[in-house]
Amino acid sequence: MIITSRFFNRSELMGFIALAAVLFVILPLTLDVFRLNLVAKYLTYAFVALGLVLCWGYGGILSLGQGVFFGLGGYCMAMFLKLEASSVENTKIQSTPGIPDFMDWNQITSLPLFWQPFHSLAFTILAIILVPGLFALIIGTAMFKRRVGGTYFAIITQAVAAILTILIVGQQGYTGGINGMTDLRTLKGWDIRPDHAKIVLYFVEVVLLFACIGIAQFIRLTKLGRILVAMREQEDRVRFSGYSVANFKIFAFCMAAVFAAIGGATFALNVGFMSPSFVGIVPSIEMVIYTAVGGRMSIFGAIWGAILVNFAKTSLSESFPQLWLFGLGALFIAVVLAFPNGLSGLWADYVQPRIDRLFASRKAKPGWNDNSVADGAPAE
Amino acid sequence: MLIGHQPKDFLLAVSGLTVSFDGFKAVNDLSFYVEENEIRVIIGPNGAGKTTVLDLICGKTKATSGSIQFRGKELTKMRENEIVQTGVGRKFQTPSVFEDLTVFENLEISFPRGRTVFGSLTFQRDQPVTDRVEEVAEMIFLKDKLNTYADELSHGQKQWLEIGMLLIQDPDLLMLDEPVAGMSVSERAKTAELLNRIIKNRSVLVIEHDMKFVEDIAHKVTVLHQGQILSEGTMEKVKNDPKVVEVYLGH
Repeated sequence: MIITSRFFNRSELMGFIALAAVLFVILPLTLDVFRLNLVAKYLTYAFVALGLVLCWGYGGILSLGQGVFFGLGGYCMAMFLKLEASSVENTKIQSTPGIPDFMDWNQITSLPLFWQPFHSLAFTILAIILVPGLFALIIGTAMFKRRVGGTYFAIITQAVAAILTILIVGQQGYTGGINGMTDLRTLKGWDIRPDHAKIVLYFVEVVLLFACIGIAQFIRLTKLGRILVAMREQEDRVRFSGYSVANFKIFAFCMAAVFAAIGGATFALNVGFMSPSFVGIVPSIEMVIYTAVGGRMSIFGAIWGAILVNFAKTSLSESFPQLWLFGLGALFIAVVLAFPNGLSGLWADYVQPRIDRLFASRKAKPGWNDNSVADGAPAE
Repeated sequence: MLIGHQPKDFLLAVSGLTVSFDGFKAVNDLSFYVEENEIRVIIGPNGAGKTTVLDLICGKTKATSGSIQFRGKELTKMRENEIVQTGVGRKFQTPSVFEDLTVFENLEISFPRGRTVFGSLTFQRDQPVTDRVEEVAEMIFLKDKLNTYADELSHGQKQWLEIGMLLIQDPDLLMLDEPVAGMSVSERAKTAELLNRIIKNRSVLVIEHDMKFVEDIAHKVTVLHQGQILSEGTMEKVKNDPKVVEVYLGH
């Protein structure tokens, strides 16, 4: 008997339908534009979580520097939007009109060379994918070809996040510094600030998220997805089955980087600014926490993790601004110690069996053999 | 020592192989030759360097000096996955199978096709793959367990699965590190039967402590002691070598 390879098994299909219903129908109908825009902000982290599922959950590569790629994607998008907002008539009070305001404040008198191509939207979209992708390729090649992995790799990604933050803050004239790039206004002349634009951008983001889910699921179902799992457990056995382990790690890391970058780009669009506070060590660790809480082995679990933890962050940090960070830390420790597969693990262990029983008793149809295929279920 | 010209029919020619870990020579100026279709067993006391020799051949450990020629290709300069692709398969001492994958998926990963990133993205589970996986699963007594996750297998079954994963690679040189260790008596007999079937048309290098098992399968035995060859030849010759009796068999 061979396992039939369908794109989603039954429980994944339910997860897909539930997420689609909530994001496409329920939230837009029930929330006001302000709250919907908050959800859009949460969802930008869902892209990162999705990448971490492939890279960390499947491949076993813990990256504590996903903020780097989120930031690179976000800055690429923000640079395009900032240039459009800095047209000559918008900036005629500056000493050098036509360049972004922060450059003018820093006595820069002409647009730096690396900003020039960001006049083009097509270039910007390519850059959102390629800049973080190539950066991940370089880091990945340097690390994985030398067999740097595990904790060492995690620490190095942290260092990269710290370095990039310092670089952005330090190069104020080129990057906007600690304030980031603010006052983003239009996309090809279309104002991104009013309510109806926010609704459109929300739907664009959700469609992109589902496209990324499709890609991640496709990768998971190919032999490459199984090699990632195999690598996580028995790296040597994969190597001695004739595979170059480093190349597969680099691929997973690059995919995670590209997903994070798409998230960053949608952040710039939906939230309307980009700053180094989404690049550094703390946001990078938070991104790992969303994934861990949702379930690092489950695509849908990780997305719910990103939404729910961010929702909790917004609500709790309003009431207990000091205590929130401790709460987040405690949550992470609790998840790692008590339920390593996160919310999706709890779901698979406690809720799913009940639903299955309900189904089985109602249908009273013996012998449907989906259990063996059920995925996202914890291994031990 | 044979140095210089070797006859052409050696599959594997190890010469002057040395590896030192912080000055300790785990393998010291070792030379031996394995012919086509030969079954060679390496025995020796603990710490003799047996596993290190296999590690050196398959590229897990890099040699300090010396050469390993496989069909005329120098293995010491190749990466592990390239060594596998030239036809050397390695089974580890502790069963290393992918526990979160099914028996079918374990075998499928070892199928020698689509070993690049792009190749594995476009890999199709077609008829030749399925047929070969089922054929090998039958040989390793796991035909009815294809959809079982490997973590549910017994120790012996995991050993068989790993042997199966090597078989599907179809290597010209198969290296087995204690294939029957930790097995029950009946599993041991089945494994001997399995090995006798799979050694056809290939050379095998085995490390084993079980003397009865060694006698059953070995064409030639190499006795290692402190990283060097103590004795080499047929089981009969080695068994009666006084040096061997003293350091190893006498215990």
